[in-house]
Amino acid sequence: MEEIYDSPLKLHSISMHDEYKDSTHFLGLAEIEDYSSCGMSLRLFLLTLVPTKINLGVGAYRDDEGKPVVLQCVKEAEAKIAGCDFLESVSSAVSSKLVEESVKLVYGKNSDIIKEGRFAGVQALSGTGACRLFAEFQRRFYPESQIYMTDPTWSNHHNIWRDALVPERTFHYYHPDSKGLDFSALLDDVKNAPDGSFFLLHPCAHNPTGVDPTEEQWREISYLFKVKNHFPFFDMAYQGFASGDLDRDARSIQIFVEDGNVIGCAQSFAKNMGLYGHRVGCLNVLCNDAKQAVAIKSQLQQIARAMYSSPPIHGILLVSGILSDPNMKALWVKEVKAMANRIQSLRTTLRKSLEQLSSPLNWEHITNQVGMFCFSGLTPEQVDRLLREFHIYMTLDGRMSMAGVTTGNVSYLANAIHEVTKFG
Amino acid sequence: MESLSTKEKTSKDCNGDSVFENVVRAPDVPVYAVMVAYSKDPSPVKLNLGIGVYRTEDGKPHVLNVVRRVEKLLLDDVSATKEYLPITGMAEFNKLSAQLVFGADSPAIKENRVTTVQCLAGCGSLRTGADFLAKHYHQHTVYLSQPTYGNHPNFFLAAGLTLKTYRYYDPITRGLDFQGMLDDLGSAPSGAIVLFQVCSHNPTGVDPTLHQWEQIRQLVRSKGLLPFFDNAYQGIVSGSLDMDVQSVRMFVTDGGECLVAHSYSKIMGLYGERVGALSIVCKTADVASRVESQLKLVIRPIYSNPPIHGAAIVTAILKDREMFDEWTVELKAMINRIIHLRQQLLDALRDRGTPGDWSHITKQVGMYTFSGLNAEQVAFMAEEYHIYMSSDGRINMAGLSAKTVPYLADAIHSAVTRNV
Repeated sequence: MEEIYDSPLKLHSISMHDEYKDSTHFLGLAEIEDYSSCGMSLRLFLLTLVPTKINLGVGAYRDDEGKPVVLQCVKEAEAKIAGCDFLESVSSAVSSKLVEESVKLVYGKNSDIIKEGRFAGVQALSGTGACRLFAEFQRRFYPESQIYMTDPTWSNHHNIWRDALVPERTFHYYHPDSKGLDFSALLDDVKNAPDGSFFLLHPCAHNPTGVDPTEEQWREISYLFKVKNHFPFFDMAYQGFASGDLDRDARSIQIFVEDGNVIGCAQSFAKNMGLYGHRVGCLNVLCNDAKQAVAIKSQLQQIARAMYSSPPIHGILLVSGILSDPNMKALWVKEVKAMANRIQSLRTTLRKSLEQLSSPLNWEHITNQVGMFCFSGLTPEQVDRLLREFHIYMTLDGRMSMAGVTTGNVSYLANAIHEVTKFG
Repeated sequence: MESLSTKEKTSKDCNGDSVFENVVRAPDVPVYAVMVAYSKDPSPVKLNLGIGVYRTEDGKPHVLNVVRRVEKLLLDDVSATKEYLPITGMAEFNKLSAQLVFGADSPAIKENRVTTVQCLAGCGSLRTGADFLAKHYHQHTVYLSQPTYGNHPNFFLAAGLTLKTYRYYDPITRGLDFQGMLDDLGSAPSGAIVLFQVCSHNPTGVDPTLHQWEQIRQLVRSKGLLPFFDNAYQGIVSGSLDMDVQSVRMFVTDGGECLVAHSYSKIMGLYGERVGALSIVCKTADVASRVESQLKLVIRPIYSNPPIHGAAIVTAILKDREMFDEWTVELKAMINRIIHLRQQLLDALRDRGTPGDWSHITKQVGMYTFSGLNAEQVAFMAEEYHIYMSSDGRINMAGLSAKTVPYLADAIHSAVTRNV
């Protein structure tokens, strides 16, 4: 197996150097997506001492000064739980509260599904952990099944289902010419898949492309799923980042549920609550009735028990504290909107700047795409030039994390992109 | 391609069966079942001697003072962020954890032959180690002591490894079946993985002596067996962090390789934070480096990177001399309380003239006493005395107090002397 990059001992010592106290660089290392092609580039980037360097690799929110953010609602939640007797393993009361509050974000707080207990829900180690629990569950109870993933998808999705021993297939999603959705090919693939296939869908703010189906398109997909009896598994890692509105971002899932599809959903609070390092998430599977929900939940818990026994409590207390307190939840909703708005406005600025530079290329996709990422369409050569000549880092597939763009660096970024693309 | 017309919305019925219709309810975990029974019991004199967590003399959950101090410092630290850790966790945490287990002056550490990665407590460390071995080690058989911690088999089975057992506990002596252990390990295939508990064996409380460990080590090395240590109770046996890990250190001093799963759940009372580390001691620094890169590939598709909070607490304590000392003082106090309780229970049974030899209560070490009570006696004590323990007769000594020891002694006496 190829070695991905040098022992992190070296890189850690770099991150402790004065110039690198900013945890952005450290985070960039942790967040690296495409190891085989980016390990060398990222190391170069980290070693660079240029003050104008821009890290667009991280899938983590930054403020307009490029700094990591701890949300105000989280700070309040921290103060509330400090000093409590909570260091023991998660009690069932605590875990139920987290799960119940989380699934309200998926199904709506007045949903009959919640009232009737028709879902099996467990906390998980953020979105990754939720996906892995489901993949293991899928393998155990549907050992012959495969998982269909969008082309492209988050790189770790491939690893998760592979390590769970579930074979994968891809289905059409991104259209490189339009830099939008390849809708007709997507529908064809859904139609041609054997009945009852498992699909991994991004309900909003697709990673890495930023391309989401419209509501109308989601309805068509959902209808087709029902006809084909496919099972949609939603990985919702960016709820709130697509439109700024948490409910609106879950609309795709609700469409599927309204159509009578049985679904599964992974949720992460890493990005939308800024709880990256706390590893808080939730997995839920829709069931026929409460009795089945109990059965499925027990199986999920058994899988988790063989992985790590119980999830870390601190993040769970923060999330359930925020979601169950109306004032704190309202504050959180506002803060999510503010994060999404900042990213949205920088998208607009970047696109306008490129157009004002008379770029020969079409940059509409910068504002058409949503969420944290922009699939720029830059080629690997152009990405490499951006790194070496302009000290701007992004993954080789041209994915830019818009969270790394600020009012302070957007002109520099636009100029740099223009430089490497002006001759087409 | 024809476009699909928007279909009329149906009501919220799932008109198909769930795809998971065939899923049956998983069996309850035995020790949790004990907890549930205990919590449902309305008796004011009930005692929970089941689950393996430390309790104070008042029977309350125990948060160490030094942990409280650190939590406050973390809360007040305005520069702290909640960013992702690297896949392998907090670097400083890993370094300090390795030093804690192997000794700061360990040649293996100095020679960069140890790779340490932060994991989710002991459980996560064991599973990560198991997954790594399943992928990269040629031998897929794991030997577990008979008996062992209830969750041990699950980690290795989930990783796709095959389980075998080696004799460990002798129910007659209520001590170590040393010859049985040597015989079983002696007949293991070369290269087989063997899971050892470093100290405070769960559930038996029976640890080999250093002399016995040396014989085990020689056998392990001569057969090329791969030792995997579960280090969940460092400091809880003797109160000395160094003394309690002599077994592991012997296997490092001889220049050989091993895995160690290390947990802070009990020793720092950080149960819910899920803090631990997996260390793999390798022959060379180059191997250690490559092993680490592979561990990342195992970890990333499970949970990407480990949780920050517990590691931040541990790091703050381990790296500050004063806090470290405060921690060891608190640890010693916890241990002394348990040691006194052992003596008190033994005395109480002798006072009552309870038939049988109960000396194992003070011979066994760490958190647990493997009482020798059978399942039927255990059930009797639950029903008549509202005293709960696991059905194998394992008693969590930390669940007792000076006040409740006489009551437990009464119950044991009753269970043992009544006619079945």
